[in-house]
Amino acid sequence: MHPAFSVIFLTTLIGVGQGLFLALFTAQSYALFDLLPRQDSVGFYACGSALALVFLVGGLIASFFHLGRPERAWRSATQWRTSWLSREVIVLPAFMGTVFLYGIAHLLEWKPVLATLPGGIAIDLTVMLGILGTGLAFALFVCTGMIYACLRFLREWHTPLTVINYVLLGGASGFTLAAGFSALAAPELVRFFAGWAAVITVLGLIGRVASLFRNARLKPKSTLQSAIGIKHPHIVQTTQGAMGGSFNTREFFHGRSATFLRSLRWWFLLAVFLVPTLLLGMAMTETEAALSFLSIAFAVQYVGLLVERWFFFAQANHPQNLYYQSVA
Amino acid sequence: MTQLALVIDLNVCVGCHACVTNCKEWNTSGEAGPMVDQNPYGKDPTGTFFNRVQTFEVGEFPNTETVHFPKSCLHCEDPPCVPVCPTGASYKRKEDGIVLVNYDKCIGCKYCSWACPYGAREVDEQQKVMKKCTLCVDRIYDTKMTEEERRPACVRACPTSARLFGDIHDPESEVSHAIREAGGYQLMPEWGTSPANHYLPRRKIKLRIRVDEIERADNPLKIDGLLPKPDKAEPSLDDVTSW
Ligand code: SF4
Ligand code: SF4
Repeated sequence: MHPAFSVIFLTTLIGVGQGLFLALFTAQSYALFDLLPRQDSVGFYACGSALALVFLVGGLIASFFHLGRPERAWRSATQWRTSWLSREVIVLPAFMGTVFLYGIAHLLEWKPVLATLPGGIAIDLTVMLGILGTGLAFALFVCTGMIYACLRFLREWHTPLTVINYVLLGGASGFTLAAGFSALAAPELVRFFAGWAAVITVLGLIGRVASLFRNARLKPKSTLQSAIGIKHPHIVQTTQGAMGGSFNTREFFHGRSATFLRSLRWWFLLAVFLVPTLLLGMAMTETEAALSFLSIAFAVQYVGLLVERWFFFAQANHPQNLYYQSVA
Repeated sequence: MTQLALVIDLNVCVGCHACVTNCKEWNTSGEAGPMVDQNPYGKDPTGTFFNRVQTFEVGEFPNTETVHFPKSCLHCEDPPCVPVCPTGASYKRKEDGIVLVNYDKCIGCKYCSWACPYGAREVDEQQKVMKKCTLCVDRIYDTKMTEEERRPACVRACPTSARLFGDIHDPESEVSHAIREAGGYQLMPEWGTSPANHYLPRRKIKLRIRVDEIERADNPLKIDGLLPKPDKAEPSLDDVTSW
């Protein structure tokens, strides 16, 4: 496939936003049970939510560049019964709205107690919004992943690993950002977030390497023989019905060499997983310099994710390419 | 249930692109708006087409065969491109099985083209919406046309009659007969999309005639006499005067 930058930015940016929100609410739920120190509503939760929203809005804006007719985008919420893309279109704004309300509730310290747990722990509005947001964040990961995983012809994507990796990679980048943010807003949480970020990054590495191995062993299901229904073992295309290319040659080919693709793999494994894990570890030990380590870790990981996403699209080999092998 | 479809005879197609040209002409002049080209006279001409004719060479030199292969939307009976569409712009008509795009609803997200294994959908770079073969839905029901004219433009244009059009669910239709009797097959059956369009394979067309076929040894109507068989020793001329 031809990697479109709109979609690369959409998926990576909202992944960061979702991960960051999950990190914020994780800290809040730990604090609820007094496992972590409570944080300032405005300085930590409201600012954190605003930061998450910046990423989510950025992703949303990027997504519009993918559409030929963005003015009709509202129509894409109608087919949620069958289309994962439609489901994503519904869940993304719902999640953004919830993050917004969560941030506002913290900002205004608007925390009516809605329920009380047996131990006398008060469940206030922000906790309920946090639970809702967590559900929506995961739903959004599943929608984004399923958009690709449900296409059975694109066998590189048609695997549960696609969804798992969207969750893990989004989570990893979000927690890394949360660690960097906490170095500014809540230094006592740096080790907590950096630790989780490292764990999720390592899990992400396992998931991504598993999918790399799986895809390396895939045998194409369709062949030129099944594509045109002629059983002869030796078939060569001589024309594709157009001299100057077509939508089919522009949309489904990445246009780079196989060597380039292979080398990218090493770059993103380094940038998404190895370097950030090391930097996260260093931030946990050298707490005074944590902010600079964590900012570099997040920047490197995000750039790595852009490369990873480019590779993710480029690696998928569409069966229609069988019909577009030679121009002449 | 009706399922309209094309049946394309690869044994007859000569790769003349008449169907491509007539398809473009008919559909670019229609109400749905033009199918615009970019650089039509420039270095890399490109544009939107519903139908393309490709060419494949089968076998190794010197034993090769050239196969011309017309390719358009196959109007799959279980079309994977339809459920993925987030706007409902892509749909399959219940009454005749044609898969269509509503150009007024499409947002040009290209997701359906990813979901079609055949590469049958193309984005119109000017209108920014997805386009594909409509089976000339604006011709085949037009009662202002004669019965003969109420067929897809490509079918009408084909000089070798390589393209048949009809209802593959009607066992007595021309297309059903062709599929049954000439080995009609579907493309990429491995995906279970069940394309409605079928292709008829290449076949050997050498004519072999045996002696008894000329002599009609069975003589069904008892009218034919046997051809005279003079003895080899007999003179071949009756007499010198017959020169
Ligand atoms: S050929 Fe492609 S576009 Fe046409 S109905 Fe089948 S899947 Fe859809
Ligand atoms: S490009 Fe148009 S027809 Fe295709 S999935 Fe998107 S909205 Fe539907």
